[in-house]
Amino acid sequence: MKSYLCIVCGFIYDEATGRPEDGIAPGTLWADVPEAWECPDCGVAKADFEVVEI
Amino acid sequence: MAHPIIIIGAGLAGWTAAREFRKLDATTPLTVVTADSGDFYAKPSLSNAFAQGRAPAQLVSTPAAKMADTLKVTLLAHTQVRDINPAERTMRTSQGELHYSQLVLATGAHPIRIPMEGDAADEVMSINSLDDFSAFYARLTGSSSSEKESAQKQVFIMGAGLIGCEFANDLAAAHYKVSVADPSNGPMSALLPEAASLQLRDALAGLGVTWHFGTTVKAVNHAAAGGLGEAPKLTVVLSNGQTQTADIVLSAIGLRANTALAQAAGLKCERGIVVDDTLQTSARHIFALGDGAQYAQGHWAGGEALTGGRSMPYVMPIMSAAKALAATLAGTPTAVVFPLMPVAIKTPALPIVVAAPAPGAAGGWQSHEAGVWQFMGEAKAVLGFVLTGKNTSRRAEQAKLVNP
Repeated sequence: MKSYLCIVCGFIYDEATGRPEDGIAPGTLWADVPEAWECPDCGVAKADFEVVEI
Repeated sequence: MAHPIIIIGAGLAGWTAAREFRKLDATTPLTVVTADSGDFYAKPSLSNAFAQGRAPAQLVSTPAAKMADTLKVTLLAHTQVRDINPAERTMRTSQGELHYSQLVLATGAHPIRIPMEGDAADEVMSINSLDDFSAFYARLTGSSSSEKESAQKQVFIMGAGLIGCEFANDLAAAHYKVSVADPSNGPMSALLPEAASLQLRDALAGLGVTWHFGTTVKAVNHAAAGGLGEAPKLTVVLSNGQTQTADIVLSAIGLRANTALAQAAGLKCERGIVVDDTLQTSARHIFALGDGAQYAQGHWAGGEALTGGRSMPYVMPIMSAAKALAATLAGTPTAVVFPLMPVAIKTPALPIVVAAPAPGAAGGWQSHEAGVWQFMGEAKAVLGFVLTGKNTSRRAEQAKLVNP
């Protein structure tokens, strides 16, 4: 499992915990996060979510 | 040859406007003019860099040259804009005169500085850019010979607002000794209900933060000479008469929009550069967004009077504004619509999400369960909410309750 950092606001998406409040189950790989999902902290689209693996 | 669209400013607002525009228009010439290097960095990361173990240079996520290349932008870095002539659509810069077809002011804001007494008043630092943070970081980590010594340095923060609290948390968690002074009676008292503010006060106190409420910094002096090498170098004098030593004094009492350039060009400015709902300033072909803008309702073109007008800090409004502005610049005039924009406060000692009600909204905070507050307006309308601790994961659920 990996974590990804939103370069705009620093929000971290952790594959292990997912994002249950957005309907993304724990364990969901970044590649499987829906394209319509947006960064909850800054509103950047997933497509722009220039991720850094951490 | 067609003149380019020019963006002044390469912070989050300037670069985001460029990126959104390029999604809609890959070919129109685009120029970014900036007084700094143009390197792209996540500004919110400045106040949690220690927790992430990142030094200033590591905060640059995309170097300026790569930004310019990716977005097909002509970048004029380290370039000062002297003045703008809206009638001729020209501007004078330290690199000569430029012509624009459309101009975007993403000139941001500067930290408010209040006059204070003392022979070290000019040592007070503030952080509103990566360059500022680099200077702060160097001073905090630089002069000591060992990690252990540097970790005992004392930082005195003026202002217990969002930025002051985030820095207090980040520095205290990194084992610096942190004190915070604020004239109010609790941290983030303008944004949070009193009980939530108290929770944050206790959580940060638990990390070792020393609070000084109901008082302000009156003077900063150089400490008396003769101390040993590692003794704190400054003495902070509070308006309540107390004094405290510090190695660094950080002012985090708020920002003021940079309006000088716009004002000199005759654009309407109040607290910020006034823009209508299409982000146009009072001059045609000139737009503004970000910390420098004051967003009003209505539209200049219809001859109607604009109403309201608020500055919108934080990152999320910039994203909404940049998308609308990009569409307008690409030929489809588009009004910006700001959705409910909850802000995540980066205080890991007590995570907080705030969805503030509109300024001046009538109503009050109510809480029916621990860690959840709702701002109730007339007719039981939920106008905002505050979540603390584990409840921050309930943002989406709470957002659905808010009547826009």
